[in-house]
Amino acid sequence: MSFLIDYTLHLADSNLILAQRNAEWCGHGPILEQDIAITNISLDLLGQSRNMYQYAATLMGNGATEDTLAYLRTEREFKNCLLVEQPNGDWGQTVLRQFLYSTFQQLLYQQLQKNTDEQLAAIAAKALKEIAYHVRWSSEWVIRLGDGTVESHQRMLHAIDELWRYTGEMFIPADYENSFGVNVTALKDEWMQKVTSVFEEATLPIPEKIFMQTGGKTGVHTEHLGYILTELQYLQRAYPGAEW
Amino acid sequence: MNCTIKKFYYGDIPEDNSGSSNQPASNVSANSWPLWEVFIRSKQGLDHKHVGSLHAADATMAIENARDVYTRRQEGVSIWVVESKHITASNPDEAGELYEPAADKIYRHPTFYDLPDEVGHM
Repeated sequence: MSFLIDYTLHLADSNLILAQRNAEWCGHGPILEQDIAITNISLDLLGQSRNMYQYAATLMGNGATEDTLAYLRTEREFKNCLLVEQPNGDWGQTVLRQFLYSTFQQLLYQQLQKNTDEQLAAIAAKALKEIAYHVRWSSEWVIRLGDGTVESHQRMLHAIDELWRYTGEMFIPADYENSFGVNVTALKDEWMQKVTSVFEEATLPIPEKIFMQTGGKTGVHTEHLGYILTELQYLQRAYPGAEW
Repeated sequence: MNCTIKKFYYGDIPEDNSGSSNQPASNVSANSWPLWEVFIRSKQGLDHKHVGSLHAADATMAIENARDVYTRRQEGVSIWVVESKHITASNPDEAGELYEPAADKIYRHPTFYDLPDEVGHM
């Protein structure tokens, strides 16, 4: 049971933190239409994470709610993968992060929808349409910028430098995934194929022999997560129980 | 990113080259994206209706932007986009000669026929 809770929280946390990162663009997007696009994606991810927090809360009992799980846990209790907590950087870095994550999430949820746990399976099945759009949207941006101008190409190379080292973690299972979840290691080849085909179209190289950072899934995060939670949780920490 | 965005009122068709970018107009930054008109067909509707306009770098992006801007509340099941520069609009200054001659030709409305009661409302 505790593995199921941890696994559900892991899935929820990755979505929540990426939703929060994308929401930072609200009002700052490069153009009005894309500002709406990135915040739409943020809300999709937030909706998915809410479903999972609600499920985890019923499993946990003891007065846990989706709000206590999102707002009152500390950094070391969050189980999101490291990729999603990385800073937005420029637009190229944001769309690359979305592309790397959404491509993984799509493969993961395709398996998750067959999971023996009906609740998780249903949440995954519902999310897949949204994810398909996230993959499409972010792929097109990666291609557009990678195969764009000299400057946009340079910026995508920089984005790959910043983010690639956090992709390996997604395919290394944590304890709670081993006993319960989707076999993430088995997703790696297909993920690499999909990423490679988009990178080829975008004239971007796949990095080789990069040391992969790990730890997010077990609560050992980069320095960025603390700042994200400080902002995300401020209201509930300063005014406990506040509602609106 | 620095984008110069020209905003138009609903229904306005931008003049000359401000809508697109073969040769950027002198007062428009080279970074600005062309304007596209968006047409949406609703679930019940048979025809696509003009809903507004948006900026996008090309047709693919225009469709995606339209999806995010104009169909987020399930407004439609089909989207058309067309670059605004491809629309030729009638000149408001010529409204007199274009439309007023029809004003005193009421016989163009089929309202002068005696209809049998059985026909009901037409």
